[in-house]
Amino acid sequence: MSNNTNGMTATEFIIAQHANRDRVRPGEIVNVSVDLCMSNDATTLLTDRIMKKEMKTQKVWDPSRVIVIIDHQVPADSVDTSSVQQQMAQLVNDQGIDKFHMVDGVCHQVMLEKYVYPGALILGADSHTCSYGSIGAVSSGIGSTDLAAIWASGETWLKVPETVRFVLNGTLQPDVSAKDVALYIINLVRANGLTYKAMELSGPGVSSLTVPQRFTICNMAVEAGAKSTMVIPDPSVMTFFEELERPFNQPSLIESLQATKNSPCLSEIQVNLNTLTPQIACPHYVDNVRPLSEIQGLKIDQAFLGSCTNGRIEDLREGAELLKGKKVASNIRFLVTPASVRVYKQALEENLISIFLDAGAIVNHPGCSTCWGAHQGILASGQRMVTTGNRNFKGRAGSPESEIYLASPAVVVASAIKGELTHPKEVR
Amino acid sequence: MAVAWKFGDNIDTDQIIPSQYLVLPTIEDMAKHTMEPQNPDFSTTFNAGDILVGEVNFGCGSSREQAPLVLKELGVRIIIALDFARIFFRNCINNGILPIEHPCAKEISDQDILSVDLAKGEIVNQTRGKTWQFIKIEGYLADILNAGGLAAYIASKKGQ
Repeated sequence: MSNNTNGMTATEFIIAQHANRDRVRPGEIVNVSVDLCMSNDATTLLTDRIMKKEMKTQKVWDPSRVIVIIDHQVPADSVDTSSVQQQMAQLVNDQGIDKFHMVDGVCHQVMLEKYVYPGALILGADSHTCSYGSIGAVSSGIGSTDLAAIWASGETWLKVPETVRFVLNGTLQPDVSAKDVALYIINLVRANGLTYKAMELSGPGVSSLTVPQRFTICNMAVEAGAKSTMVIPDPSVMTFFEELERPFNQPSLIESLQATKNSPCLSEIQVNLNTLTPQIACPHYVDNVRPLSEIQGLKIDQAFLGSCTNGRIEDLREGAELLKGKKVASNIRFLVTPASVRVYKQALEENLISIFLDAGAIVNHPGCSTCWGAHQGILASGQRMVTTGNRNFKGRAGSPESEIYLASPAVVVASAIKGELTHPKEVR
Repeated sequence: MAVAWKFGDNIDTDQIIPSQYLVLPTIEDMAKHTMEPQNPDFSTTFNAGDILVGEVNFGCGSSREQAPLVLKELGVRIIIALDFARIFFRNCINNGILPIEHPCAKEISDQDILSVDLAKGEIVNQTRGKTWQFIKIEGYLADILNAGGLAAYIASKKGQ
């Protein structure tokens, strides 16, 4: 294995390193070693059952590389849920897994804060695992059978994806956010436009985006079908890890990744950040995207600020800044769920939580919360929600007769204040 | 002979098995809610061996493997669509369900009578009198399908 990138993209280079090969090509199927794998309360027990009962394997290959996170229903909301979590606690105890989180936040945010690192190959039994390309890892969502095979062996097979490079130019204008970039791209390529492909964000516009903003875009890539994402790590990623108090010290790896910048790829798509406006994904498909201006004024019943897409401190700051001194519209349920306990504590320190509470919001303990729909803020038939979450599928947050609109934190908070879909500039 | 159960574009895993049922103790319990948001009677009227047909991006959304598992529980062995979402495609193979990507999905209506010959790689729509060929899955993926899924395949290799 060498640090010579041989004309490969960053994604191909990282996969080659894990396949113990000097070079891999898109379309090839290779066997790879897995650095870290993750599952949550929606997928862990099924994985365990498949490994033990069907694969006849009793122990995970390396407990230090297995991460288990409870985030979908925190705290447990039924006897069935509690039983699931009880069995998970027993499982990690039996397997000697110490990377177990029961209350710390949404799995992808916890992974970002504690475990992921540039150059890593990470697979997780949750579709939004594709998020970690934002810091220069190759990561992808898998099912429980694939994860069970990894638990048993530490390896899996991957088809090397072709890379589609999105060249971002310019900078985001006020009231326009990374969420709008994500929705814009999904609308452009459609919900299956990146199926089996790696989405790479590049160009001068990327350096103006913070790491959390990049995470938001990479997180939503699966809504266009992407297998994985990639943003070649720059100095802001290094600063980000220093602030997390787990600095990344492999300059040769970063140099190699940076050397892949102009490598050949399947296609390049130009995105102009300067002219982008707030976008909104309408029911019941994430690629049913319209400019907010076309749908402003639509009455809503619920607003949600949170999720692995938009529950970070930057998102809460943006919301609190708009909300300060104002009230949520009457008869609106506004839920705020920080993505992690770390984010929650930071929000408390910055007095953001009291702004939300004074405005009439419900603040929940960190977790997937309303975004995944089986927990907290369920919608009745005929109700409408505007959310910073990532999916608006029919019935995703309750009744199949309810409606979900996806938008940025600023649009969600502005809409909560007015009780209808609202441009943030109208509440400033 | 099998009945086609036709759905549209972007059938996501929340349609196949809504999230609130994932905590039910068994796949059998969950399977009673298969496709519920699309057709509340689906689980009681679908017969084992019938064929699911979708159009664009079938199986998008969550990585939850409960989606192919409830389908398998009801006796789904073949799904035909214009294209499939990546994780769902892989989960189907891993559970012994054959996903066939084919433009003929556009020419199949709900309750059409189909027959699929896996050995020949042939789909016949008897209602419309049309026949199409598809590229058979071969090699490692065919071995997994023939074993009934990845877990069964791995277990069978362990014994050798």
